Amino acid sequence: MKKLFKKRQKASKSFKRLCKMGLYINLIFLCIFLGSVGYLGIGAFKQTYIFVEPDRNSPSYELLSRAEQRKIRTGQVSEKSWLLANSEVDQYMKENYNRLSEEQRILVDKLTQNGEIKLKFNTNFFLNGDSKSPESAGILSSIVGTLLVMLVCMAVSVPVGIAAAIYLEEFAPQNMFTHFIEVCINNLASIPSILFGLLGLGIFINLFGMPRSSALVGGLTLAIMSLPIIIVSTKAALKSVDINMKNAAYALGMTKVQMVKGIMLPLAMPMILTGSILTLAQAIGETAPLMIIGMIAFIPDAANSVFDATSVLPAQIYSWSAMPERAFLEKTAAGIIVLLGLLVVLNLSAILLRKYFQGRLK
Amino acid sequence: MLKEKIIKFALFLCAFVSVIVSFAIMLTILIEALKFFQKESVITFLFSNEWAADVAFMSADGASKQGVFGALSLFWGTFYISLIAMLTALPLGVMCALYLGVFAGKKSKNYLKPILEIIAGIPTVVFGFFAAIVVAPFIVWFFALFGINASFQSALGAGFIMGIMIVPIVASLSQDCIEVVSEKRINAALALGMTKKEVVFAVILPEAIPGIVAACLLGLSRALGETMIVVMAASLRPNLTMNFLEDMTTVTVKIVEALSGDQAFDSSLALSAFSLGLVLFIITLIINMFSVYLINRFHKRKNL
Repeated sequence: MKKLFKKRQKASKSFKRLCKMGLYINLIFLCIFLGSVGYLGIGAFKQTYIFVEPDRNSPSYELLSRAEQRKIRTGQVSEKSWLLANSEVDQYMKENYNRLSEEQRILVDKLTQNGEIKLKFNTNFFLNGDSKSPESAGILSSIVGTLLVMLVCMAVSVPVGIAAAIYLEEFAPQNMFTHFIEVCINNLASIPSILFGLLGLGIFINLFGMPRSSALVGGLTLAIMSLPIIIVSTKAALKSVDINMKNAAYALGMTKVQMVKGIMLPLAMPMILTGSILTLAQAIGETAPLMIIGMIAFIPDAANSVFDATSVLPAQIYSWSAMPERAFLEKTAAGIIVLLGLLVVLNLSAILLRKYFQGRLK
Repeated sequence: MLKEKIIKFALFLCAFVSVIVSFAIMLTILIEALKFFQKESVITFLFSNEWAADVAFMSADGASKQGVFGALSLFWGTFYISLIAMLTALPLGVMCALYLGVFAGKKSKNYLKPILEIIAGIPTVVFGFFAAIVVAPFIVWFFALFGINASFQSALGAGFIMGIMIVPIVASLSQDCIEVVSEKRINAALALGMTKKEVVFAVILPEAIPGIVAACLLGLSRALGETMIVVMAASLRPNLTMNFLEDMTTVTVKIVEALSGDQAFDSSLALSAFSLGLVLFIITLIINMFSVYLINRFHKRKNL
């Protein structure tokens, strides 16, 4: 009897361990994932610069980036200064791989000894747009694009979503039609994101003739994608409002609109905002629908308006990852670090917002 | 009162927009897909496995060459990779859910769950990069130890990472269902001297099974529609095989490939993307409706 009991206890414990293992496999995976992206991407935040005379015959001239060589030829650089080295030198300095010729390698080593070649913080990465040469490629244009797309997406999806949720939750008569609307919304919330890209292409670009790969089309497509999710989360927020508060408002003679504006919205706001921010964070990471509407084009300059062709951060990451030069690998990983950083900021702000409102309401 | 009516109407309009959108999706995809089926045969599309769409692309200037659009191997690749994803996500997800729902203390639950949710927030393009750069070489290296050749764009790599992506969905939905199981019955079972493992198998799982199935179905529909992971980690070559170490391609990869070029919007290649999208839409719609039905039935039974 005792033996059997012990056996059962043991089986239970080992089952618990098995379940725990399942969780830990995921956590280990997450660690490997963050570790490898960090390891690959950290290099891109430093870039090699050479302290060099602006002279075409100087031996260091060959080690410079093409953009800097052009500046020297056109006489934009007049005195000895720190100039950007090309990606081969850069990768050699970071000890990734060596594709320099023997002479060049010796020259670089000599410059290193003299302190005339150095890894500096890579401001270019944040100030440049995309480029065909890895050493000067940066994320400015895609950051601007991401912000524009976010703006359009937010301006459309949040008000429409909240309004639709209020209607469905408070005003809609309970009939077949509203039931049908709910079914539609629930379905929309879970169809593959790439299909929204097909919608954007079919309607916004083909039918309305909006400019291809513009932030406007991208933002609208993402807005349509996040609309149902915002509606669902807002409805849940409205549902959580205490029924006594509502009844008290009616008892004081408020109309329905006044009640919604004065009681429900302020009470449900923290949950609505958190839901919207989280949805937006999800939309920013979306790449597939944006690829369909042409947002993976090569865009070196930042967009000035929502009608200009632009790139977004995830699309930039994808196009860098498809580049054949190995030097783009660290740019891809660095782009991912920036994107994840952006998502962390959004998620944190959602959490803080919720905390702030909860404290205030109590 | 007029103001009230205007506000009410504006709110109604917003709700109506969302319905319009869902119809717009169906209509655009349907219309474009019908255009495609006017040019190409439906039977070939569904049941033949030869896909040579780029021929049609090259001859877009009016040459006589015809593209062949047989999507069978694309559907096969999609289902096979999704299957691998589910084989990863189902055990891991249910194990996580059981640990969080049954064994874990309140404190550890508070920080373990958010960490798990982080995985759900990672953009899929990032997962795709990870699959292509870290996981694929690892798979090739690992199988080379046993003398087996694996492709760098194997179905296994893409499917495994996709599975990891789906784990939080399966886990959190299953956990909800596990926690709905009545406290009284669990306590009664424990009072009878059952160990926790026995409670899980005798009380919790039988009750929570419909919910877990629904969670898996939702995960499956996510896997079927997943794009970036397969675009980056699976190949472009349609391949109808059982070998998970070979390269394969999926429906979503072909949709992206067909539309990211410069061809005219009314070419067969561009239109083929819409008919692939249509099939994808129908399949995920059916799966979603079925899982929602399961969840509703589950909750109704709980209320009785």
